[in-house]
Amino acid sequence: MTATTALKQQAGPQPAAGPAPTRRGRRRGRTVALLFVFPALLLLGALVVYPVLFSVGRSFFDASGTRFVGGDNYTEMFRDPATLKAIRNTTIWVVVAPALLTGLGLILAVLVEKVRWATAFKLLLFMPMAVSFLAAGIIFRLAYDEDPDKGVLNAAVVSVHDAFEGTSTYPTARGRTGLLTQDPDGSYRTTAHPGGPVTLPMVGVLPKDLPAQARPAAPAPHTTGPGELRGVVYLDFTPGGGGKQGRVDPKESGLPGMKVEAVRDGKTVASTTTAADGSFRFTGLHDGSYTVKLPKSNFAPPYQGVSWLGPTLVTPAIIGAYLWIWTGFAMVLIGAGLSTLPRDALEAARMDGANEWQIFRRITVPLLAPVLTVVFVTLVINVMKVFDLVYIIAPGPVQEDATVLATQMWLVSFGGGNDQGLGSALGVLLLLLVIPAMVFNVRRFRNSQR
Amino acid sequence: MNAIRRGLGSALVQAFLVVIGLVWLTPLAGLFLSSLRSAQDTAKGGWWTALASPGQLSFDNYAALLKNAGITQAFWNTVLISVPATTLVVVIAALAGYAFAWLDFPLREPLFLLVVALLVVPVQIGLLPVAKLFGALGLFGTIPGVVLFHVAYGLPFAVFLLRNYFADIPKEMLEAARMDGGSEWRIFTRLVLPVGRPAIASLAIFQFLWVWNDMLVALLFADSSAQPLTVQLQSQIRQFGSNIDVLAPGAFLSLIVPVVVFFAFQRHFVQGVMAGSVK
Repeated sequence: MTATTALKQQAGPQPAAGPAPTRRGRRRGRTVALLFVFPALLLLGALVVYPVLFSVGRSFFDASGTRFVGGDNYTEMFRDPATLKAIRNTTIWVVVAPALLTGLGLILAVLVEKVRWATAFKLLLFMPMAVSFLAAGIIFRLAYDEDPDKGVLNAAVVSVHDAFEGTSTYPTARGRTGLLTQDPDGSYRTTAHPGGPVTLPMVGVLPKDLPAQARPAAPAPHTTGPGELRGVVYLDFTPGGGGKQGRVDPKESGLPGMKVEAVRDGKTVASTTTAADGSFRFTGLHDGSYTVKLPKSNFAPPYQGVSWLGPTLVTPAIIGAYLWIWTGFAMVLIGAGLSTLPRDALEAARMDGANEWQIFRRITVPLLAPVLTVVFVTLVINVMKVFDLVYIIAPGPVQEDATVLATQMWLVSFGGGNDQGLGSALGVLLLLLVIPAMVFNVRRFRNSQR
Repeated sequence: MNAIRRGLGSALVQAFLVVIGLVWLTPLAGLFLSSLRSAQDTAKGGWWTALASPGQLSFDNYAALLKNAGITQAFWNTVLISVPATTLVVVIAALAGYAFAWLDFPLREPLFLLVVALLVVPVQIGLLPVAKLFGALGLFGTIPGVVLFHVAYGLPFAVFLLRNYFADIPKEMLEAARMDGGSEWRIFTRLVLPVGRPAIASLAIFQFLWVWNDMLVALLFADSSAQPLTVQLQSQIRQFGSNIDVLAPGAFLSLIVPVVVFFAFQRHFVQGVMAGSVK
């Protein structure tokens, strides 16, 4: 008995089984069988097999399809900056997304087994698989909005940043020109004469932007003890007019919370923060003259968060949206594998005193390796064809920074490029990339039939 | 001591999973709340500001959506594309799956290996040649054209899934039916289809989801009167900010149908997606 007939018997029992069929009966059986498969074969042949062959042929012709150009489209692909960018981005996708998803799915699958609401959690994470890439794209266009007042991600990033770094108090303030000197880095300084008070007049702060605790400023007292230096930082503007520039007039407000540094020979020797009336005081200084400096951190513009959809971060941002959709898939598939692991092995390890991490590293992961491979391979195939998400999330101007093979193939063939030769070549490249998966599938199927 | 440590560990795990759950829920909640706000409110501040002033929320956007002829037309087009594309795939693949599993015809094995090979063929490679073919046949731009394309590219997985499921039907059952003199058609409709119901359900849900959510195929093959919801919404995305009062409720409308299907048929849904992920 040859291998093929053995395979045949396994693959599908012979219809000849049962009463011996007559030759006419068998021929009729074949006609019926062909009628059953005909619609499928017709559609597959006309709309899948023929197009593959057509595209392969078409990829050897020029844009208009009249001139045979050999492999030119394929060399062009690796020369043209736009397609090169697409190849680079697709590589990033393939390297990053499946590995992240498999890892995240594995961690979540293991952890979720430890809580009682595992089913609800799995349902929640799997749900995005039902959502179209278009809807997911709109969801993440909203979330990634650069304005921290509108995009939830930047709102979170900015509030975390400000909680740790603090906000600068006076982003709009400027020193009174002629009285204070501005350094190239944006800080202001003036020279403190020994014994004399230091006045630092500022402008450019709207009265409504003053901190609530601000009190009217008082001229700094002249008398200074040994090693003491006093001064005032104030808003050199009298509400209702009047007042003299560079002088602390009545009703002029102090600027509280301003950082002040005493600098000598280019080195900061002391620093302090102004009080509610804008006054400050250094003590324990050596005699001599100092430079009093308002460092630039006082005037830093407010932190605006991250430019998610800018040219550099757009691909990671879209991969983030992809994770939102596919993590549940990885988790559920790995979880299914997890439930088939032999309980005894895990229990035995626990009895022997292995901790959870050791069990995870030494037993769970090695036993799950086949499942992890299937998840990983599946994701690689899917990631290579990613189209909608990139097309939707990347705003027009950064579309070319985010482009991947599938979107580039679309742009080149239909979206204005109108080069169907190069477009076909890109399509063929996509097909070539999934051929290992094709071979894998066919092999696995044949093995399952043995 | 150990018990305390374990309790602490479990609390940490719970906290971590709760955070992950919230992260997963937030984008959806954001879309839903955005869909209930006016474009002016959205331009002023994020959807979370509506939590403090619920007065911003109303169903006005949805009411406007129902009066928007382009959107309602697109919604019906989506139905008119998804339902036939699902039905046809199930019928054609069931017939072929039965033949591949139980009937004898020339080249049965190589043809089935071809089907397995076609599983991973990207739709991109079919776009241009099929567009030319449909142009010649007068199908380009029409709903039947979109449907046929989806059916063809859904078939490899569908045939693969159903053939494998049907092949597991006990041989004795089929032989008994044949002995009773049933025709192949009768055996197919009376025995194979009922037995294959779980696989057919998973396949139908997967295919429906796939077609309902498709944008790429319809972007090329559907002209403006045949556009499904995804393409209609995509065309408005350029003015994202000013169209948000259409885009957000539109996206919600487009995702609520598959999400309801998901919750109604959880098990078949998960199985279908798992099996179909080879695509």
